[in-house]
Amino acid sequence: MTDTVARLAGKPWIWSFVGAGLVWLAAIAFTGGYGGGGMLTAALSLSVFTVVVGVGQMFVITLGPGNVDLSLPANIGLASAVAMKVMGGDDRLVAVGLFAALASGVCVGVANYLLIWALRIPPIIATLSASFIIQSIDISYGRGLQIKPPPGFADFTNIQIIGVPLIALLTALFTLGAGIALHRTVYGRSVLAIGQNIRAARLAGLKVEPIRFLTYSICGALGGLDGALLAGYFRGANVDIGNEYLLASIAVVVIGGTSVAGGKANIPGVWGGALFLVLLLTMLNTFGVSAGLRLLLTGAIIVAVITAAGGQKATR
Amino acid sequence: MTAIAQPALRESAGVNLRRLLRALLPALSLTLVLAAIAYLNPRAISYFGFNLMLNLAVPIALATMAQMFVIAGNDLDLSIGTFVGFVCCITATWLRETPLVGVLVLLGCIGVYAALGALIYLRNLPSIVVTLGMSFVWQGLAILLLPKPGGNAPDWLQAIMGVKPPIVPFPILAAVAIAAVGYFGLMRTSYGAILRGAGGNALAIDRAGWSLLKAKAALFALTGVFGVLSGMALVGITTSADANIGNGYTLLSIAGVILGGGEFVGGRVSPIGAVIGALTLALAASPLLTFMRIPPDWQVAANGAILVIVLAARILISQKGSDQ
Repeated sequence: MTDTVARLAGKPWIWSFVGAGLVWLAAIAFTGGYGGGGMLTAALSLSVFTVVVGVGQMFVITLGPGNVDLSLPANIGLASAVAMKVMGGDDRLVAVGLFAALASGVCVGVANYLLIWALRIPPIIATLSASFIIQSIDISYGRGLQIKPPPGFADFTNIQIIGVPLIALLTALFTLGAGIALHRTVYGRSVLAIGQNIRAARLAGLKVEPIRFLTYSICGALGGLDGALLAGYFRGANVDIGNEYLLASIAVVVIGGTSVAGGKANIPGVWGGALFLVLLLTMLNTFGVSAGLRLLLTGAIIVAVITAAGGQKATR
Repeated sequence: MTAIAQPALRESAGVNLRRLLRALLPALSLTLVLAAIAYLNPRAISYFGFNLMLNLAVPIALATMAQMFVIAGNDLDLSIGTFVGFVCCITATWLRETPLVGVLVLLGCIGVYAALGALIYLRNLPSIVVTLGMSFVWQGLAILLLPKPGGNAPDWLQAIMGVKPPIVPFPILAAVAIAAVGYFGLMRTSYGAILRGAGGNALAIDRAGWSLLKAKAALFALTGVFGVLSGMALVGITTSADANIGNGYTLLSIAGVILGGGEFVGGRVSPIGAVIGALTLALAASPLLTFMRIPPDWQVAANGAILVIVLAARILISQKGSDQ
């Protein structure tokens, strides 16, 4: 028993990968081994979008209880429209478009933080209110927007190297960097310290508010980047393009072993959680279940996984 | 409303005044919204006008009350919206055709909620994630039950929701009743104090010999009860159901509780405030914005802005009070 507990504590992310492997096996067992590789390739591509926002959400959640960014879906939607409009279908403007999407995301993050800091609104309500406002901006800005992404950009999101999508490789590098930032830099360690005990962090002389500001801005920027990538991958912007990433971004963080109470983050787990969620949907699609049953099973399996993984023992 | 100001120990008059102001803030914001509506369209302030404007206030108030019980225990229910939708679907189909089955299923739903509370307590799970997962379960069930919008609310339910009492419009009477039930149940009974204590200081309640497991299960069961009532009220008004009908209620209910003076941690909630918050949101959501001629594109944004303004006012008022 203590052995298992010790192993769990050592590698909280292992279960998300085990889960991802199991659903993949179940899916290819159903197809009789057919399409297993293609399934993985597609899963890696789709996981990228969840991982990018998942990492942002993870940093925010790690800041401590109550910290969460509910504005990601609206942020993604707006950034996808901004990116497509700025790129205007022209390959030469891809960099500018990406920059614009990032900038739009940073603005959202800054706005979130200002609401939280200046008005002292709880982050859940602050990001929620912000998301209402962003959604309206997106609706009126992106109305009837039918701009296709530049062909080069759209192709870029689909390049594969021996079955591994290029964006997945780049995202792997990015998560590696995020891991280093989290565990080896003053910034990352400050985030962890604030999440463990904000008062102690403040007394220890950490610049709590600048760190929180930076974290919400980074999360916003990642949402913006994700919007641009999604618009490239799915060939166009859409107000609802980010909707599923509210649940997904929080779920992958928690399934991956990051503590919702804050102060304990886990980067590999975000990948594991994202692969698990995407492969779970793939599996249910292969089984050919109806939309209702798919939702039902997705929800039930998420609850089951969380229950099996268990919560953190309350520190008293 | 005086619920928050109640434990007035021997404190300076300034703190008391601030507490009073803070406790009155939900009512003040409601008055402000009403005043704005009266200014923009005086004819709306009438029996008929209130009946129309507060049409959907009853289910929103019930959903907010449901959310309040979870928040009292330091949790959050992100599934209440889809749960309300699922209850609508059951009410419009099984409860009408085979009332016994319908009643049993609805009771079963409340049981599921109690079990969720127990599970969250026993395994020390994050309620946000569990309920987020459950929101998919409820929505999936609703779609399985009613793939296309349809069904028909039981006649007795439509009759109840369509009651036109003399002088005071039905939604207002219902809101007062809901607030009274919540207030006496949670703020005035001894077990209500235990329930709030479970959110305020779980360790103390545990040491005093009360079962936290039972408290958590009870809070979630109450959420289930009010969720069921909200769904039934909603379908009584709309008469037919749709699997997505309640989706907006998750955010509305959380906003209503916070607007009504509740806090995410510490078991600090106010049933009366929650109902007032729900009414404010119901009025601000569309009647006010329509009268202000705000284009539909920006109505969502205006909702967000109203939330921000009210919360900012509350924070400004209570800033000093909370620092002690």
